[in-house]
Amino acid sequence: MSVIAYGAARAGLRNSGALLNRNWIAMRRAWILILSGAVESLLFLFAFGFGVGALVGDLTLPDGSTVSYTAYVAPAILANAAMMGVLAETSVNVFAKFKWMKVYDGILNTPLRPADVALGEVWWALIRGFTYIGAFVVVMGLFGLLDSWWALLAVPACVFIALAFAGIGLTLATLFRDWTDFDWMNAVVFAMFLFGGTFTPVESYPGFAQPIVYVMPLYHGIELVRGISLGQLGPMMLVHIAYLLALAVGGMWIAQRRLARALYK
Amino acid sequence: MPDDNEILVSAADLRKKYGEHEAVRGVDFAIRRGEAFGFLGANGAGKSTTMRMIGCVSQPTGGTLEVFGRDPHTQGAEIRARLGVVPQDNTLDDMLTVFENLVVYARYFGIRKKEARAKAAELLDFVQLTSRAKDQVSDLSGGMQRRLAIARSLINDPELVILDEPTTGLDPQARHLVWERLFQLKHRGVSILLTTHYMDEAEQLCDRLVVMDEGRIIASGSPRELIDTHVTKEVVELRFGTAHTAELAALAHTLDGVGAQIEPLPDKILVYTDDADDTNAALEARDVHPTSVLARRATLEDVFLRLTGRALVEAES
Repeated sequence: MSVIAYGAARAGLRNSGALLNRNWIAMRRAWILILSGAVESLLFLFAFGFGVGALVGDLTLPDGSTVSYTAYVAPAILANAAMMGVLAETSVNVFAKFKWMKVYDGILNTPLRPADVALGEVWWALIRGFTYIGAFVVVMGLFGLLDSWWALLAVPACVFIALAFAGIGLTLATLFRDWTDFDWMNAVVFAMFLFGGTFTPVESYPGFAQPIVYVMPLYHGIELVRGISLGQLGPMMLVHIAYLLALAVGGMWIAQRRLARALYK
Repeated sequence: MPDDNEILVSAADLRKKYGEHEAVRGVDFAIRRGEAFGFLGANGAGKSTTMRMIGCVSQPTGGTLEVFGRDPHTQGAEIRARLGVVPQDNTLDDMLTVFENLVVYARYFGIRKKEARAKAAELLDFVQLTSRAKDQVSDLSGGMQRRLAIARSLINDPELVILDEPTTGLDPQARHLVWERLFQLKHRGVSILLTTHYMDEAEQLCDRLVVMDEGRIIASGSPRELIDTHVTKEVVELRFGTAHTAELAALAHTLDGVGAQIEPLPDKILVYTDDADDTNAALEARDVHPTSVLARRATLEDVFLRLTGRALVEAES
């Protein structure tokens, strides 16, 4: 049994790797697009971290400790960067390949299965997401925003955010029928960015709004990365990780089911 | 060793239903290794649906289907690894160049990069596209795109190549180039399965074929057998100036006996006969004077017309 499982895992890796290869070859002429995404997050950091941060000064956290506002906001913008890169790749780009360019229709006739396609797109999105994250962390370090070595753990923590939004993005790509559907996705993403605990602690929101924030995937990502960056670890981090992983697995599973339904007519 | 009588694909009472519409209504066929097998039928006859089921990208809703002796439902990926597929709409990857299309596709079959590149170069040469290797797919003509799709289908040295309407939408010159390549494949011993609504294509390329109509197989055999069984040796086409459907139908009644069967069409009357000279003499004797008389050998088009009462390609002019 384990031999079969090993064989299946190897085939899955090889198959999703073949799709990764396809995306790499297709995108290597358009690398400037990938770079532009990283620049966007850096602009946010400068505008909010340094611009607003200079006005706010230090912030007192619910546990009584104080941090500079820039150090408070930077991890949240990092979490946002992890989300944006992956979400753009899995939702818009997969939608385009799926419904518009019909790339998967050709792949369908090969040994690749919808699950291999979904997995390959997730690998690819993670790679793209991590070019953003890597660039961002380097800049954070250059500006002295990485207070402790713990902060380097923020990068692997972003894996959970990236995985969760890869799952969500893939599912959205299979659900959306039209480019206009992306408008409301962007609206939700922007709302999460503004109210998911990026700029102020959630505890400062009115009571009725707090449960809404707790549902937001980005909130859990921000809390996770911020906690690690500021060296404040706690059991709640396991909840954040579990929530993000559940979204990742659920999203990928739904996406490959929907791809199979749509393609295997 | 390849066994000439080995059955590659077999179907029994194969069915496919989309909601209330049954696209394939119980078909039986067996495709042997090394042969060129055709599905001839008008648009919407269920040919493409059958091809998709054989290609393991569409699940039958009834009957049984075996490809390479395996079950498409549970062993789809293994079967697809041994098939080459040229879909009706090519499904080439527009974001890649001509050469990249082949190399990337090879990787889907687990072929290593070095081997993939060598194979891609060889296949581009086979379909005469070597000079376009670095071009974007969208810059190719329809015929070139089809040839690239054929090259792509061969990347894994398939045991069976499935072509869904390989020359539909191509100009005559491009069609002949495609046919010529398919002949080459046939000579190499590659098993070919194709659908078409062109009877000349079926006649030229297929060793055996089935005629499909409204989801059913209504006849099967070699092109020669089908013609011998269902129509006479020759056909005389009669035109009567500007006379049309109703007038021709009325005229047809008066022609009883000049041939084995009389078939009025919108623009002409077909007389099926074993001897065109006898028919012409009979027309003379009855004092019937068409504005034009054309005697020709019977074709698969006539078979289709006799079996369904309809033309294969709806008035293309």
